[in-house]
Amino acid sequence: MSVRFEPIVGRYMHLDLFGRPHRVYVEEAGEGTPLLCLHTAGSDGRQYRGLMNDIRVTRNHRVIAFDMPWHGKSSPPAGWHEEEYQLTSAQYTAMVLEISGALGLDRPILIGCSIGGRIALHLALEHPERFRAIIGLQAGAHVDPYYDLNFLHRADVHGGEVCGAIVSGLVGPDAPDNERWETLWHYMQGGPGVFKGDLYFYKLDGDIRDRVAQIDTRRCPLFLLSGEYDYSCTPEETLAVANSIPGCEATIMKGLGHFPMSEDPQAFLAHLLPVLEKIAGR
Amino acid sequence: MIEALQRRVNDDEGLVRRGRYLTTSFLLEVGATPWLISIFEGRIVSVTPGPFVMPSSSFALRASEAEWKKFWSRRPPPGSNDLMALIKRRALKAEGNLQIFMSHLRYFKEALGKLREGAAA
Repeated sequence: MSVRFEPIVGRYMHLDLFGRPHRVYVEEAGEGTPLLCLHTAGSDGRQYRGLMNDIRVTRNHRVIAFDMPWHGKSSPPAGWHEEEYQLTSAQYTAMVLEISGALGLDRPILIGCSIGGRIALHLALEHPERFRAIIGLQAGAHVDPYYDLNFLHRADVHGGEVCGAIVSGLVGPDAPDNERWETLWHYMQGGPGVFKGDLYFYKLDGDIRDRVAQIDTRRCPLFLLSGEYDYSCTPEETLAVANSIPGCEATIMKGLGHFPMSEDPQAFLAHLLPVLEKIAGR
Repeated sequence: MIEALQRRVNDDEGLVRRGRYLTTSFLLEVGATPWLISIFEGRIVSVTPGPFVMPSSSFALRASEAEWKKFWSRRPPPGSNDLMALIKRRALKAEGNLQIFMSHLRYFKEALGKLREGAAA
């Protein structure tokens, strides 16, 4: 019997975040320029499996994705059962910088999707010196809530069912069936209230509309890639951000939705590889 | 066309199985035309066109004819491809006891998707 192993390796990292010990799961593949990947709300680092399994990316990049605390194979901190999970801009910023530092990454390229795309904008503004370049996927400055977020965490609504169902329409229409359903499975596996807690950052605390134009792309190049079928972070919202930042490059990816790297890795790579080439050439 | 919902949903064993704990009636409004749809344990038992005098339902989904037409087209354009997309654009109003709608959201999305042009029965 022959088996095949992917080049992805995973490890657990112990570090203090927000003054408390945390156990964080980190996966990586490849060698070269570090490419630090941030997953979407309510999901985990598995969303980047397409990048980590593609030699065109990994021959020149050390691709790293961590599961945020409470997500994927990372644990919530001790005492989690006594509190309500709620992600803030300050925590998210500190988490990315701390984990990047703990991994010894020298000015990584940062790529983040959705909430990861939003925090990428925060980091481009506040810590441009820490990154070689920033790539925001589905990165808008703000999203108004468009459903009652309480439905994501109540005992009479199954969390996994509702989280998967809420985001199902955000996958583009051309996504291969297996990638579509794996993307949704990650949502269905989230812990109770975690997606809702992430959306506190995405829809309330992380609004960066009044500051986003201050991003200086001379200090850190900024690229935005957004899927045409995303009604959460729409192409219009992405272009509004891009148009307000001199030097920012934006691409609307036809047929793709809110989870480009996960819902259709091959279609997404056709857009990402030229961006990585551009960054390498700078 | 809305009448086709009953057969198309009931012919999909997987969908009926997923809805086996769902028993409710809801109003589907297509412009000025209301439809009362009754579901028993995941199976659609009746699709009744209005007008009604005092329809009883757990919740209502209301959108214009043009919006439903786009939603039910073979390849809906961005912004019309999903019930939540319509809700975000304020093109679809979901009103009433939405606990039932949200706790079976995948069922309702897939059931109403059955009316899409070219959708498998």
